[in-house]
Amino acid sequence: MTSLAIDLPFTKRTLANGLDVIVHEDRHVPIVAVNVWYHVGSKNERPGRTGFAHLFEHLMFEGSEHYNAGYFPPLQQAGALLNGSTNADRTNYWEVVPTSAIDRALWMESDRMGFLLPALTRERFETQRDVVLNERRQSYENRPYGMVMMALSAALYPPDHPYSWMTIGSAEDIRAMQLEDVQEFFRTYYHPANASLVLAGDVEIERAFELAGAYFGEIPAGVPPKPVSKGAELSSERRLVLEDRVELPRLYLAWHSPAMFAAGDAEMDLLGDLLANGKTSRLYKTLVYDLRIALDVSGYQSSREIGSFFLLVVTAAPGHTLTEIANRIDEELRRVVNEGPSVDEMERAVAQAEAHFMYRLQTVGGFGGKSDQLNAYNVLKGNPGFFAADLDRYRAATRESLQAAARAYLALDRRVALSAIPRGQHALALDGSVAVSVS
Amino acid sequence: MTAIDRSRLPAVGADPRFVFPAIVRHTLPNGLRVCTVEHHSVPVITFTLQIEGGSGADPDGREGLAALVADMADEGTGALNALEVSDALSRIGADYDVEVGGDATDFSLTTLTRFASRGARLLADMVTLPRLMESEFLRVRQLRLDRLRQLKDVASAVAEQTFLRLVYGAHPYAHLAIGSDASLRRVTVDDVVAFHARAVQPSRATLIVCGAMSHDELRQEAENAFAGWSSSGGDGAGGTPAYVPPSGRLVTRLAVVQREAAAQSELRIGQLSTSRVTPDYPALLVMNAVLGGQFVSRVNLKLREEKGFTYGARSGFDWRKGISPFSLQTSVHTASTAEAIADVLAEIGAVQGSRPPSDDEMSLAKASLTRGYPRGFETAQQVARSVAVMALYGLPETYFEEFVPRINGVTSADVVNVATRYLDPSKLTTLVVGDYSAIAESLRSLNLGEPELRTAEF
Repeated sequence: MTSLAIDLPFTKRTLANGLDVIVHEDRHVPIVAVNVWYHVGSKNERPGRTGFAHLFEHLMFEGSEHYNAGYFPPLQQAGALLNGSTNADRTNYWEVVPTSAIDRALWMESDRMGFLLPALTRERFETQRDVVLNERRQSYENRPYGMVMMALSAALYPPDHPYSWMTIGSAEDIRAMQLEDVQEFFRTYYHPANASLVLAGDVEIERAFELAGAYFGEIPAGVPPKPVSKGAELSSERRLVLEDRVELPRLYLAWHSPAMFAAGDAEMDLLGDLLANGKTSRLYKTLVYDLRIALDVSGYQSSREIGSFFLLVVTAAPGHTLTEIANRIDEELRRVVNEGPSVDEMERAVAQAEAHFMYRLQTVGGFGGKSDQLNAYNVLKGNPGFFAADLDRYRAATRESLQAAARAYLALDRRVALSAIPRGQHALALDGSVAVSVS
Repeated sequence: MTAIDRSRLPAVGADPRFVFPAIVRHTLPNGLRVCTVEHHSVPVITFTLQIEGGSGADPDGREGLAALVADMADEGTGALNALEVSDALSRIGADYDVEVGGDATDFSLTTLTRFASRGARLLADMVTLPRLMESEFLRVRQLRLDRLRQLKDVASAVAEQTFLRLVYGAHPYAHLAIGSDASLRRVTVDDVVAFHARAVQPSRATLIVCGAMSHDELRQEAENAFAGWSSSGGDGAGGTPAYVPPSGRLVTRLAVVQREAAAQSELRIGQLSTSRVTPDYPALLVMNAVLGGQFVSRVNLKLREEKGFTYGARSGFDWRKGISPFSLQTSVHTASTAEAIADVLAEIGAVQGSRPPSDDEMSLAKASLTRGYPRGFETAQQVARSVAVMALYGLPETYFEEFVPRINGVTSADVVNVATRYLDPSKLTTLVVGDYSAIAESLRSLNLGEPELRTAEF
């Protein structure tokens, strides 16, 4: 099979104040995507202040000095779709606007980068603190298995490691946040030298740079924050059990794995598919299809900047224990470590990778659109042109490289094994599990 | 470079011209309607096969049957068993998806254009010639039964299921596509075979093909894969009983599903409205945008941005061919439950006349509906989905072109008019899935009477 020519072309320039500007032209639909990444996430927080980066993201939608009546109305009036999100490594903001509204979108985006604080009142801050507490209740506390990833993160990393807490933060920390904390955070992380702007879509390249310079060029440069670096490792298997409002027990197995873009990262991603994605994946076929001892399986490499984790999740079918399931999983893991993937499995994996990279070229904006990808590559890899090379990582993967990655990173005796169980039914957990609780 | 004027917002220019994609229609000799749409941005193609008859066609007592039939499509066809179907899909990097709606089931397959023929043939085989073996059926049904058991703990799913039952009573639309434990246990593989034979007929189907090829090539792909599909002489999935409005019955004003120590109350506030094909559709869309259909809507600004009661509140119509529910959906902090309900009811009352949409609100609602419209035509999947909606509701060929002018023609008086006709405060049902013991006292202040206590039934 011949390789597809598949790429994401761009032009990048850096303004005098340090802001990276990246432009990608695509005139198919008369829309322009504006996408801004700030290189700050929950890993820049410290214990006692967890959840701050995300709460701050909410404040970015409350208005800025020169348009002090909420971020949404003037953009929805222009026909924009807009949103933002925070994870451990970065915070992103985007608008997709009709071509006719590009000036308005850049005016608004640059105003909150340069002039946020004058608009921020104690009342707005406190309301958004309540909104975030409600987001936490809705997405975590009131959802089956919703607190598991908090317990799992805390078990994978030591308490002073910034990946040991989740981006949403602890409720206690959120309640304790003060307006004064916001000022320092904004000055440290929200400035051109810690940001990257992409314009993608129905705009001519030179015009895009002109507009970016006009709206963002006047914002004063800041000091690039120090990168966060911290290692973590497990020396044994940690077995934990967490009670929840659920009907069926679920097993979570997690391992440390190579950081995003590091050697072995793509292999772990492919191993996630091979083990747990689709009916032909090994764990689905064994546990769900053949033996029928599980309802569902999922698995993936969660790639992150200073260290990833690999996760397998399996829900037991009624009447089956997590011990029975764990034993079968371990058999499959031993098999992949000892024999590696089959030729068939590698062919499927490469076909899927190629198709999915192509699908990623379909939208200019929004989460995962071309503008978001260019910023991801620029901020996390230092090279917005990494799209084609990224696909090459998957094409270059071999049976041997997957086997080597499985051997190196999926050790049965160095992982977290968390049993999420219905209240009071500790017998369903893996033997020897220690009870944990999160709030 | 001149300095930016920050004393006022830049004006928005004239709306850019957008040419909607042309749809070319054909009918194959077997009766299958085919719509082809060229879409040339990336070498990707989407096939969507829409079969009339969704969960509204489930026989009484066999709720969940249509969804089970749909689920069996990728469980084996011809020489391929379930695992081999999955393998064949992976080898062309296919994105395969089934959506079971109230009135139709859409089977979609997206792949690279170089795999177009393989994708089309695979989709045709899966949907029209599934094996429907009992062993696979029992496995799939058991997975669905186990899934139902898990849904009891999902507050939003409990709210969806209970709300449908409350507003429809006994009606073909009164259940989620997945059905219930009791109804699924009644379904046999013979039911599946019979439903498939009745419903999956070329004369009851529309195929939408959208991708980076010419109309002729797209049509050729459709013909090559689907021309051999012959009618089995079935008589349809049971007509469209769902058109029948529910019989007159007492409205439940307030209902509660107990969820002990819940951190939040999941709310549904709404009632039955009208059909998707109503001429009031544009006015209802604008009304919804003002009331709760967008971030800057009255309800979201009140509950989230003013009071911080919730992460978000949204309203919308769950459109069907027959009478469709309208509801406001949100999840609020337990302590704020009664106040949030009172706020929502007050906003619904206000839009009926005491506070008609202002010029600014009308302009904002219309702009966000119309100016963003072309954004929905970016991918082959999006375009195929829009064409599938046109096919389902029999919308005119000029629908895309007419959408923006029709929305722009809606006035504030039109909004008040449809709000008055379709939202009757005395017939609104308020459902709370939450910690009743913590909120019982405050709910009395709403004057909605004693709540009907329901249990989470799946």
